[in-house]
Amino acid sequence: MSAIPATLTEEELRRLKAPARRERWFRLASYFSPLLLLLLWEASSQLNLIDRRFFPAPSAIAETAWRMVLSFELFDHIGATLRRVGVGYAMGAVPGIVMGLILGLSRPTRRLLGPIFSALYPVPKIAILPLILLIFGVGDASKFVVIAIGAFFLMLYNTMSGVMQTPQIYMDVAKNAGASRLQTFRRIAFPAALPSIFTGLKLAAGSSYIIIAAAEFLGARSGVGFFIWASWQTFAVSRMFVGIVVISAMGYLTILALEALERRFVPWAKH
Amino acid sequence: MAPALKLVSPAPAETAQPAIEVAHLTKAFYDSEGDRVTLAVSDVSFSVAPGEFVCIVGPSGCGKTTVLRILADLEQTLSGTVALHSPTPPAMVFQEASVLPWLTVSENIAFPLSLKGVSRAAQDKRVGDLLALTGLADFAGARPHQLSGGMKQRVSVARALVDDRDILLMDEPFGALDEQTRLTLQQELLRIWETTGKTVVFITHSVDEALTLADRVLVMSPRPGTLVADLKVPFERPRDVVEMRRDKRFWDLTYEVWHLLASPARA
Repeated sequence: MSAIPATLTEEELRRLKAPARRERWFRLASYFSPLLLLLLWEASSQLNLIDRRFFPAPSAIAETAWRMVLSFELFDHIGATLRRVGVGYAMGAVPGIVMGLILGLSRPTRRLLGPIFSALYPVPKIAILPLILLIFGVGDASKFVVIAIGAFFLMLYNTMSGVMQTPQIYMDVAKNAGASRLQTFRRIAFPAALPSIFTGLKLAAGSSYIIIAAAEFLGARSGVGFFIWASWQTFAVSRMFVGIVVISAMGYLTILALEALERRFVPWAKH
Repeated sequence: MAPALKLVSPAPAETAQPAIEVAHLTKAFYDSEGDRVTLAVSDVSFSVAPGEFVCIVGPSGCGKTTVLRILADLEQTLSGTVALHSPTPPAMVFQEASVLPWLTVSENIAFPLSLKGVSRAAQDKRVGDLLALTGLADFAGARPHQLSGGMKQRVSVARALVDDRDILLMDEPFGALDEQTRLTLQQELLRIWETTGKTVVFITHSVDEALTLADRVLVMSPRPGTLVADLKVPFERPRDVVEMRRDKRFWDLTYEVWHLLASPARA
């Protein structure tokens, strides 16, 4: 079967397909535009157009990174940061989701506890880091806690709004089918809120890396944040850039992984 | 739970007991922001015999959906009583897309069974039967977003039939469908009803649809909804939804119902 009707001329076909061809070209170009920035940076640095003490050439940073990979120096820091983010994130996200489901489903609970969370949410998590260090010490516990607090609130609010936006008809279906309160919770409210939960998980992942970087600046002897701070103190600018790139890549890969999970578990959300 | 809604097991009686008894049902809604009271349904009484197919027809906003939601225990009466004489609660087919988007067609149909802890094998067997009955066998593993509107309503009907309840409440289930699909589904619903013998209360704003399906048509006035007529539909069963349109009585009844629907506005 031919997809081209015989009545269209070459010229008509060309015009018909022109927007799609332009779209493909732009998409291809979009992959390379960040490389253009790197190229510009490299050239300006080589030509001394920018101060090399602050902005070493990308090639010099890459060389530093390669040496650090070979010496395994960086992997310990990556491991330490990943552990703190992973544990803290789980500690905050799970209770956040559960609390969000409860507050979303139960108006009395929302009325009663909502104002408490609303009052606590605006406190910048970094602002309470000294307090948390005081309570939990300078070890990993304090990092877990500060990340958990950040993740908890984002998950709470995203889950709650997801549940509250559940179409009433799904609740009616559950009631008519004879669902208990717990079944309504598990079989209706949770899946209905899943798209919002994933939005929350991605936001919480982003904020966890912001929080861990700051937390490791101040009270840690390991981790990528500590590495960036230590590099600044010894004015090892290339190493500092390596740290920045590494923690950015960690955040980016985490988001990519969450998006893959989202496609796997929320296949209906895009429709 | 609604104090006025009682589930009574059918008692052995000489005279046939109605499956549904509604007496002096009144329902109002209160909007606290505008301090406004809206009377939705006013003093509605009717009863439905076991195995009977009753259509309630009326203009949009006449409270017919409210009546059905009260029968389904999704709303409470303000006054009056509703009694369902049935060992099982009624099953509802909703007007809008009520198919759960995160479940496949099979899982949607099995939903009421899965809540009751019915074994997987028994669920699969029953769902298989219903997929065949509703013409969905090729779509068992499909997701709702892959289905047409007509297919989704078939899923809703299958889900309402899956745990074999005695009373079926249908709220304009074919209202959003095109004429051809609607005719097909009406014919299939009649076939299913004729084989299962369920008591059906079917809401519609289409006079045509009411006469096609029902044993009896209850006509409601615009808000506040009251019953203005209770008409017997004389066509024999089984019915052919296309052939019955050659019957003069069909058009006489259509005229009569239209006249009833229009008269409150003329008065």
